Amino acid sequence: MTTSNGARRLGRKFRDADLEQIIGSLLRNGVLASSVVVLAGGIVYLVRHGGRYPEYHHFQGEPDKMRKPLLMWEAVWRGEGRPLIQLGLLILVATPIARILFSFIGYLLEKDYLYAVLTAIVLLVILCNF
Amino acid sequence: MTILVFSVILFLGALIAGLLGSLTGLGGGVVLIPLLTLVFKVDIHYAIGTSLISVIATSSGAAAAYVKEGITNIRLGMFLELATTAGAIGGAFLATYLPTSVIAILFGFILIVSALLSFARPADPVTEGRPSSLSQKLRLNSSFPTPEGERHYLVKNVVGGFIMMNIAGMISGLLGIGSGALKVIAMDNIMRIPFKVSTTTSNFMIGVTAAASVGIYLKRGYIDPGLSMPVMLGVLAGAFLGSRMLTKAKTKSLKMLFALVILVLAAEMIYNGIKHTI
Repeated sequence: MTTSNGARRLGRKFRDADLEQIIGSLLRNGVLASSVVVLAGGIVYLVRHGGRYPEYHHFQGEPDKMRKPLLMWEAVWRGEGRPLIQLGLLILVATPIARILFSFIGYLLEKDYLYAVLTAIVLLVILCNF
Repeated sequence: MTILVFSVILFLGALIAGLLGSLTGLGGGVVLIPLLTLVFKVDIHYAIGTSLISVIATSSGAAAAYVKEGITNIRLGMFLELATTAGAIGGAFLATYLPTSVIAILFGFILIVSALLSFARPADPVTEGRPSSLSQKLRLNSSFPTPEGERHYLVKNVVGGFIMMNIAGMISGLLGIGSGALKVIAMDNIMRIPFKVSTTTSNFMIGVTAAASVGIYLKRGYIDPGLSMPVMLGVLAGAFLGSRMLTKAKTKSLKMLFALVILVLAAEMIYNGIKHTI
């Protein structure tokens, strides 16, 4: 395995074991961060709406501010809890997607171009459907 | 029942599901959808969306630990994710066209398969002979640390495993579960990979597979914050507790009990599906 420029700047070869450590930390921190945001949104939601009655028996679909990240963000600044929960969920969903991005960069550093291409395809397939 | 009471009960239900799922290795997702639809009378589309979220949370949380230990075969996971993500997107589209009763019946059958498979695991496959040219080209043959030192293994039947993973991904996108059982069939029985590697690699892939279909569910308004919040936090708390109190001795009878619960839920889902009451 040849040493890449990026890895040489890090002082040593970039190997699979490094990628494992980075991916491990990324997954843990992503889940933690999203839990904190979801919990915060949950508290706001329960304080504001905890006394009302839930209706989930009939499917109505969520309003736009629960489906579009930009509208979610605006609603969060109006102090709404439910869009904040949705943002937390987006962080959660972004975690495995970020993991693919990191793998892609890692394989480029390792000069494993076959896997760089495979990860890029998976990443594109997911992002195209978002 | 007010939203506050509903959320607390849902949190506790999800906590138990996550705890049992992690102790038995069957995953919490399989009981979440029956819990939401049969007990709380939640529309199955919301239930699937909620379950997908909890699947991403638990699989990412667990994968973080396994990846650092070097057991997970990341290359194999990345390669098979091509199959599962494509399948998951197909499954998510299918879910929006199929009637809820059909989804419920299909879910019941997958539950039965998952419960039965938890007992029918064959002996740890022995990987000997010559590596296939495809698994060599893709650099899938690897090793993992055991108490007796590094153990090397070969990956067989790459094409067969890939096709099975595509089906597993579709089921995951359609029903909102990790379909860990089907992934393990593909890796244990078809590709002949050691248990520890197949379980952790399957878990590693579940998050990405679910993330592929969750975008479609989000766009169609199937992901509800009021349901996802207590369920995600509950399942995570349960899975975390489970990983702390993992005692090998008791898991066998617990697994039996949990599989029994799953079978009852499966029958109930199929019954409700046939009667069109779901």
